[in-house]
Amino acid sequence: MSGRTEGGAPARHFFQLPRVIVPMTRALTLLRRRLVGSIFVLLIVVVGTFLLLEAAPGDAVDAYIVSTGGDAGMIELLRHRWGLDQSELTRLANYLWALLHLDLGQSVTFSRPIRDVILERLPNTLLLMVSATALSFGLGSALGIYAGARPGSFRDRFLSIGSLALYAVPGFWLGLVLIVVFAVDLRWLPVGGIETLASDKTGLDRAADIATHLVLPVAALGFIYLALYLRMMRAGMAEVWRLDFVLAARAKGLSRRRIVLAHVARNALLPLVTMLGLQSAQMLGGSVVIESVFSVPGLGRLAQEAVAARDTPLLLGIILTSAVLVIVINLLVDIAYAFLDPRVGAGEAGA
Amino acid sequence: MSGFTISRRTMLAGSAMLLASTAMPTSGWAQTPKKGGRLVLAADSEPRNLNPAIVASNGVFFISSKIVETLAEASFDGKDGLAPRLALSWEGAADGLSATFKLRDGVRWHDGKPFTSADVAFSALQIWKPLQNLGRTVFKDLASVDTPDDLTAVFKFAKPTPFQLIRNALPALSSVVPKHIYEVGKIEDNPANNTPIGTGPFKFGEYKAGQYYRLTKNTDYWGKDEPYLDEIIYQVLPDRTSAASALEAGEIQLAAFSAVPLADLDRISKVPGLKVISKGYEGLTYQLVVEINHRRKELADVKVRQAIAHAIDKDFVVKTVFLGYAATATGPVPKNDPQFYTADVPTYAFDVAKANALLDEAGYKRGADGNRFSLKLLPAPYFNETKQFGDYLRQALAAIGIDAELVNNDSAAHIKAVYTDHAFDLAVGPPVFRGDPAISTTILVQSGIPDGVPFSNQGGYKNDALDALIAKASETLDTAARTDLYKEFQKEVATDLPLINVAEWSFISVARDTVGNIANNPRWAVSNWADTYLES
Repeated sequence: MSGRTEGGAPARHFFQLPRVIVPMTRALTLLRRRLVGSIFVLLIVVVGTFLLLEAAPGDAVDAYIVSTGGDAGMIELLRHRWGLDQSELTRLANYLWALLHLDLGQSVTFSRPIRDVILERLPNTLLLMVSATALSFGLGSALGIYAGARPGSFRDRFLSIGSLALYAVPGFWLGLVLIVVFAVDLRWLPVGGIETLASDKTGLDRAADIATHLVLPVAALGFIYLALYLRMMRAGMAEVWRLDFVLAARAKGLSRRRIVLAHVARNALLPLVTMLGLQSAQMLGGSVVIESVFSVPGLGRLAQEAVAARDTPLLLGIILTSAVLVIVINLLVDIAYAFLDPRVGAGEAGA
Repeated sequence: MSGFTISRRTMLAGSAMLLASTAMPTSGWAQTPKKGGRLVLAADSEPRNLNPAIVASNGVFFISSKIVETLAEASFDGKDGLAPRLALSWEGAADGLSATFKLRDGVRWHDGKPFTSADVAFSALQIWKPLQNLGRTVFKDLASVDTPDDLTAVFKFAKPTPFQLIRNALPALSSVVPKHIYEVGKIEDNPANNTPIGTGPFKFGEYKAGQYYRLTKNTDYWGKDEPYLDEIIYQVLPDRTSAASALEAGEIQLAAFSAVPLADLDRISKVPGLKVISKGYEGLTYQLVVEINHRRKELADVKVRQAIAHAIDKDFVVKTVFLGYAATATGPVPKNDPQFYTADVPTYAFDVAKANALLDEAGYKRGADGNRFSLKLLPAPYFNETKQFGDYLRQALAAIGIDAELVNNDSAAHIKAVYTDHAFDLAVGPPVFRGDPAISTTILVQSGIPDGVPFSNQGGYKNDALDALIAKASETLDTAARTDLYKEFQKEVATDLPLINVAEWSFISVARDTVGNIANNPRWAVSNWADTYLES
């Protein structure tokens, strides 16, 4: 974008690139403040989750003996082996102490280090989340521009209502419908999983295989949030349309296409970036359901299993990972903001 | 049992599975097995420990019974319902103090070392007796195992132990693991618990958490020409609907243990190329039971318990909740058990008027709101059917003026509420009958069991006559006399109703037509699958 000041609304003119130095220092200040704040957020998250899980009736041994049964001696043995005969406070203190040494502990259900269990699943969830976000953000804002370019037109109404309908559909249902149509009836795509089982594929073959498996879950997760971006984009554009600089652009004789893309849409895009950060947490929540429906071995499904098994340290590890993920994404969004919008100084950036 | 027909294919399998089980021929569609191929099937859970010698449960057996073998397996037509595996013959001494097993020659572990009686002795003494969930009870009096030669193992008991019990326990409790792998270090922490080494037709290949288990053919297997399959892949499908979709899409060829919900069976049986099979689980019978907290004064009255029994329409439950895939129960031993079952017990026909009369007689008159008293009802969440029966029971109780409040928990919370906290009045539970009442059935009504033991009498019930009967049966060595005592046990339970047995059910398999030799023994899903094959 060029640095022309047009339309008498300089405050709305975000894309005038200043020297890079200014936002850079802002970003650093932001980073420093955020890191300090984040540690407290994480501490609250960990302690809160721990207490919540303790309040749930039954422990890991209760969950385990559902499938095995066992006598009193065996149950006592298990409680001792899994450290469940210690008091809650001791266990919380032990956990926090280990955490201080960056040790997430041992999973009761997997008998493996939690770090390994999580690292194994994290890429799948990230892949799902990033693809679904790209789909909902990309397609949502594109359709939003398309709809917002002619407010009140048929295509505007059709898209608004259509996207709202998608938003109202429960994720698992959409997932099941996609499975029945595209996997069971048409057999175009696999029913579930992240890749073909025990196929020994490598390199590009494997990437293509994973991509094929991701189509349906990404569609199910992405389409739900599509409406959010579409409607935000559309609303943002409706607001910008009324501003004076648009009138000036028109008066100058710019083509409608240029006005829509270069002026109106660009200005309406900023709130969407904020949404991107906020919505990453929701996306993680939504992935719990989608991962179960599509048998994707990701963090969401793991969390569900950890709750059912009362595997407290594993769930804490997952929540902690998710919290870090959300914090990092929002930090990136804020930094992007500092670059995109000169008015947002480091001081006001607390979301 | 209703002649519930699903499709022409299931007609072959026989729908009246529970009643006719023992009389069934081994295979209705026997053909010459083909070699090779990969069988892909659904697994709904991932056990944390795959060592069946430590964890004797169906979830573990489902995978590891193909890798680690037992001394004997259940059989439709073998003597005493058994077929030899690692043991060729077994015999109990008349005094109940010893049992001799002759072992199979020429068997090798997956790592090439020979299998000997030392492995059996080690497994029995170091694992089954001290560590195994069920073995801790059955083998509690095992003192030593003599190994006069490599192919003979003599179990010595400190107290006389009925050989009938040991024999009945063999299919589930006698998984043999290699001594040379387990003798170093703590058995519970041995890495082989997650990558088992056995003598079975398949070797453990790999495990991808959340995705699959891969078992590969053991080319050194002792069975002639077996196994037929090259590979078995268990695809982890946690969602209830995914097994059916994956079957229809042709991605998996088999879903066992009712991974396809009963409600979907009618539809899926019409899909070309798929068959619904209700055979092959006769040795894994689950019982639908109303557990009763006798600490409640109303429920301590046998008349009230009889009234509740009369209020339950068992035929309706079988037809509606189980869609016909079950049988009504008369007592604590299921009808399909070939050794112990007796029909000669008091029964409680569905009779609301009689139930109401019994409650009036007990002194619990209806109040102004039509209710006699209220209670808390906790259906176990492990099966759809236990939850649905909970809903039914609530209505059935309302009809006789008992107001039941349904309390729904997840598994861990339910186990704690019922078996540790005793925070229930009635509960719906699915105990398993494991071929002998002494393994996991008498414990449901026996007194003196510590708090917290799951699937045991935690309802505060105490009946000295019944306790004496159970104690006597546990030390009676003569098979006929012991069997008679358990018949008496059934009669006493059905008379005094410490709990109410409503129905008995097993699982359903759905498979592609190409999968051969399915359901050819009473514990098929948890047997070794050496003879399972795939037509191309």
